[in-house]
Amino acid sequence: MDTLIAWIMRAIPFGTIIMYGALGEIITEKSGNLNLGVPGIMYLGGFAGFASAYAYENASADPNMALCVVIALLCAFAASMLGGLLYSFLTITLRANQNVTGLTLTTFGMGVANFFGVFILNGRTATQSMVYKAFQTKAPFLSNMGVLGQTLFGYGFMAYAAIALGIALHFFLNRTRAGLNLRAIGENPATADAAGISVIRYKYLATCLGAGVSGLGGLYYVLDYNQGIWATTGQIEALGWLAVALVIFTVWKPLNAIWGSYLFGMLYWLYQFLPSLLHISVPGYITELIQMVPYIVTIVVLVFSSLHHKSENQPPASLGVAYFREER
Amino acid sequence: MNKTAVHEPLVRVIKRDTISLKKKLLIRACAIIFALIIDAVFIYFVTGLNPLGVYQAMIRGTFSTKMRFSWAMRDLASLLLIGIALAPAFRMHFWNIGAEGQVLMGALATAAVMIYYGGRVPSWMLYSAMLAASIFAGALWGFIPAWFKAHFNTNETLFTLMMNYVAIQLVSCSVTIWRGQASSLGKLNVKTKAGWFPSIWGQRYTINLIVVAILTVAMYCYLRYSKHGYEISVVGESENTARYAGINVKHVIIRTMILSGALAGLTGFLIVGGRDQAISTGTAGGNGFTAIIVAWLAKFNTFIMALISFLLIFLEKGAAEIASTYNLNDFASDIIAGIILFCILGSEFFIHYQAVFRGHADKEVC
Repeated sequence: MDTLIAWIMRAIPFGTIIMYGALGEIITEKSGNLNLGVPGIMYLGGFAGFASAYAYENASADPNMALCVVIALLCAFAASMLGGLLYSFLTITLRANQNVTGLTLTTFGMGVANFFGVFILNGRTATQSMVYKAFQTKAPFLSNMGVLGQTLFGYGFMAYAAIALGIALHFFLNRTRAGLNLRAIGENPATADAAGISVIRYKYLATCLGAGVSGLGGLYYVLDYNQGIWATTGQIEALGWLAVALVIFTVWKPLNAIWGSYLFGMLYWLYQFLPSLLHISVPGYITELIQMVPYIVTIVVLVFSSLHHKSENQPPASLGVAYFREER
Repeated sequence: MNKTAVHEPLVRVIKRDTISLKKKLLIRACAIIFALIIDAVFIYFVTGLNPLGVYQAMIRGTFSTKMRFSWAMRDLASLLLIGIALAPAFRMHFWNIGAEGQVLMGALATAAVMIYYGGRVPSWMLYSAMLAASIFAGALWGFIPAWFKAHFNTNETLFTLMMNYVAIQLVSCSVTIWRGQASSLGKLNVKTKAGWFPSIWGQRYTINLIVVAILTVAMYCYLRYSKHGYEISVVGESENTARYAGINVKHVIIRTMILSGALAGLTGFLIVGGRDQAISTGTAGGNGFTAIIVAWLAKFNTFIMALISFLLIFLEKGAAEIASTYNLNDFASDIIAGIILFCILGSEFFIHYQAVFRGHADKEVC
């Protein structure tokens, strides 16, 4: 039982990172843009959030933690949106190829974060920002209510913000005019254009805001999950790809992203907790195989959703295709 | 009453019919110069160093000694080969993002043959087995997403992306088994050197360079002059046209991806046998992703691919040199390369489209 609790408490923060990444990417993909720059954007968000919080802490004699959190959130969101804006300008206005632009953005974002990160590290292998304590502040009474309280309420506020965001996004996409317009653009931009929807504006907004949300995943990783420690790391990249995988797994539905991300978290930590849960010991190479499971599951979902031609489970029809009004 | 006011926008964008080679090259050159200027500004403001000095240091990274140039060629070979492997798939508009995994599978198969048969069979047999295994493994990794794409129209971009991670885990699993209690696997067959490529002109990777040179020409001819190449481009342009013309689309998709995967697998073989004599999850080193950019920018022309690969390797080596000269870090190369690639990607627009300003429309007689 204790193992199970520990497992869940590991899985939920992990899931939160990729939930942000995936929710952002869902918004982006609903507009027909397949942004493979998610890992790069998460790097940008994580770094900007960390760097701004760290700079504020060092500059101010008596740093106000709440203000510090706000600064980190805003900077992370803004930096990620800039990444999204670069991608939007290239793919929407200049109609560059989305896959190639996205992959370049991944390299670029990783480069920017780690290049400037080294200046902050200043010769050390890792630097810690104290703001993580504010990010990890748990609800005062609820988290003390025994095991259940601990598992349900034992996380920082961003874990719950992610859930709220997922639900809000669900309502936005299914219940509001703007959301329906956005989906129409992802399905068939020419038809949406003919219906009087401003395709370019929606695509820009969706891609930039989506990037901002994805970037929060990077922020959460550095300032909460990783306890405010910045080090030159390659792990965010793997998390970014996992977020892209999660988007497929959710069949482009935000509500599925909530439980899907926790499931991915459970699967990711499967290798550590399953053996002790079943009281068996597994050799090292098996754990490597178990780590493959999230990707295999994603492939299976991808294949099944293409097998059953259920229209609501398909990727947006114009995903990956640039829109040019004068093309037939 | 129903008079609609025609408001002409300031700039209109129209598609070009044709563009002369000269203009095309000019646009590309402008893009690269523009990128270098941005990079120079970036270098100056971030580090305060003289950009010209930094660019000079960059050139040293590849050209200062014979050895460095040789290493640059070695790395270029791996990158270019993956680009060549991707070319037919991209020509078919099949987004094979999975080259990283296909290379790793080829490398894994090669390493497995080296470990289990090294020193036990005659060397010609060992080399053939390594070659065959790597090609088979790479082809298999290409075949799986292709089969699903052909039969169920499964999204290949996402499928091949996921296959990379399956391959990475398979490699790290195998490495864990092979290294046993040791902390790392190290070079394979260090004592017997079984499966290592023979040294030609002082380097084991000379064979890699020869293979790349041959394949650059061969792939160019395959895509341009063969019946297969023609079928690939028809399927890429329009599947319906291809079907109408009597081309078996499913067959072409699967065949092309087997070829693409097999060549990527072959790259894995060359990397393990000729370059590293070792295997790890970093064997492909991100080249599988970089090669996508190479193949796309070159528009499937393998000779231009060689040029772009050279540019990227030059940047990578240059950045490493800058890093050691000025105490910066290697990640500068990612930024510099990223800016150059963004500019080249953006410049594509001016090759395919042209902007017409208000009042100049009458000049355009299309």
